[in-house]
Amino acid sequence: MKILVPVKRVIDYNVKVRVKSDGSGVDLANIKMSMNPFDEIALEEAIRIKEAGKADEIIAVSIGASQSQETLRTALAMGADRAILVVATDDVNQDIEPLDVAKILHAIVVEERTDLILCGKQAIDNDMNATAQMLSALMGCSQATFASKIELAGEKIKVTREVDGGLQVVEVTLPSVISVDLRLNEPRYASLPNIMKAKRKPLEQKEPKDFNVLVKNRLEIIETNEPAERMAGIKVSSVDELVEKLKNDAGVI
Amino acid sequence: MDQVLNQENALLLTTVRKFLEEEILPYEDEVDKTGEVNPELGKQIEKRAKEIGLFAANLPTEVGGGGLDYRSMMVLEREYGKTSHALHSWIARPTEILLACDEEQRQEFLYPCVRGEKRELFALTEPGAGSDVMGMKSNAVKDGDDWVLNGSKHFISGPCMPDFAIVFAVTGEDKTKRGIRKRITAFLVNRGEKGFDIKEGTKCVSYRGYKTFALNFDDVRLSKRTVLGKEGEGLKLSGKWLGMGRIWVGASCCGKAERMISLASEWAADRKQFGQPIGKFQGIGFRLADMAVGLRAADLMVNDAVDKAENKIMKDEDAAMVKLFCSEMVNKVADDTVQIFGGMGLMEEMPIQRLWRDSRLERIWDGTSEIQRHIIARSILRPLGA
Repeated sequence: MKILVPVKRVIDYNVKVRVKSDGSGVDLANIKMSMNPFDEIALEEAIRIKEAGKADEIIAVSIGASQSQETLRTALAMGADRAILVVATDDVNQDIEPLDVAKILHAIVVEERTDLILCGKQAIDNDMNATAQMLSALMGCSQATFASKIELAGEKIKVTREVDGGLQVVEVTLPSVISVDLRLNEPRYASLPNIMKAKRKPLEQKEPKDFNVLVKNRLEIIETNEPAERMAGIKVSSVDELVEKLKNDAGVI
Repeated sequence: MDQVLNQENALLLTTVRKFLEEEILPYEDEVDKTGEVNPELGKQIEKRAKEIGLFAANLPTEVGGGGLDYRSMMVLEREYGKTSHALHSWIARPTEILLACDEEQRQEFLYPCVRGEKRELFALTEPGAGSDVMGMKSNAVKDGDDWVLNGSKHFISGPCMPDFAIVFAVTGEDKTKRGIRKRITAFLVNRGEKGFDIKEGTKCVSYRGYKTFALNFDDVRLSKRTVLGKEGEGLKLSGKWLGMGRIWVGASCCGKAERMISLASEWAADRKQFGQPIGKFQGIGFRLADMAVGLRAADLMVNDAVDKAENKIMKDEDAAMVKLFCSEMVNKVADDTVQIFGGMGLMEEMPIQRLWRDSRLERIWDGTSEIQRHIIARSILRPLGA
């Protein structure tokens, strides 16, 4: 079985994000970029499935600017066997929308005949949470989202999903698209020997037109704002004062 | 790190940072307070370092090492510099001098070090011979096919009790144009040899938990096959690698300075006095600017020396300049960081005072700032006949 893991290059989760002065988006100039953490979890799961002898090959794919190559090198160093880079834009600020990403992934799935697609539930930059679902629809196959546990048994996969208020267990049949949640696993970091090996692993470069997809953004960003600054709290001297403030100032009781 | 790194080194940086975060940083306070690294913790660091490939990463793959080049080692040493020697020295980088072992010696000394089964000590310094290596009194006298070693060493540092020591001793004298010169030879001496006594030396306030040992040799009989390299060429051997050691001191000073600058900047942005963050006062803001410039310059010097080393054109004075500048820089940064934190900087529960104490040693070990200046001055004057 082949597993496809799409990985996105996003702003590093440790970076304090700043909005560009013209409000057109987030400032990405000279900012540390990393693999989307949810994609890292998906890749880790794929590696564990392969290590358990239940998969033969892991293909990592990234769609975006050519800089996404760095993200793919990370994926190869972690344990992916080969990588496909789809250069869909020459502007690092351009986000490729989920439908176009899903279309390209669909074409790759057909070409590579992959049975299982493991992806992050969403990218931490725009929080779309749509690609996995769209891909599954295009493929006409099963989907299981927000996985916190994945158990393979032949053609069937039992997936535990994190839903509001608890866990839901579903069973899907291959081929399938599974999107993973935060608590599925803790991703490893690349060991030195694997970093060295990654240099020699194949990385193929493609363009959307190779898959007959025309990348075209459908959404227009009108405004981007910083989150409202949290105001400092105050100390109250008594319970009575607290109740009074909650009633009259905050208006919550 | 504000540097251009290739993809492998960028990945290496991520790996080593995560390793430190998970395996080393959580134990810093405990080790500094108790002055001890629990041997179980040491072994655990060793084990994890082997799993991830950081163990013996400095040595060539032919002998079982990680095969990292100087640039990659710079990335590692710079990150290690952010924390304590007491902890990161468990991620062994066995001394490259052991590459001078012949095959039989490699089996007994080098390979076990690479596998983490043995630990070595590098024993050069003596009570009466610190900067003045030629003041060395330890000596070995030929007796038949054997050597008989006498003398003592101190301030010999390592993370734990070693299995053997690389001991430098005088084995004769040569007449040269500049007068009589001692012949110095390196010996591989196993702990447990009759007459070889080793004990833990005095405690140091820098890098608490990193041990110093005192070695004593009383008529220790050594076979001729304990000679490392050639007789009389001990200093040539150590000189070949001491230079890189000084570059790694420079790199680790940069790492430590980076950590302190980051702590000081956060504090300066957060701490408010007179109605504004203290960083907005020029007295603090300009200080931060100077700290950042000092670090940048030091990083550039380390990079330049690594370039030279990779092209095999690094000279003693290049290494001396790096060691001098970086170690002085980190001490200026440490002092400024304490000043920016004010009283808080000296409180035991803050890491500042520890980094400040640790920084101080950097100006002393691996050749004091004075010796580095001496080497640099000599390199300037000697070609002029002075």
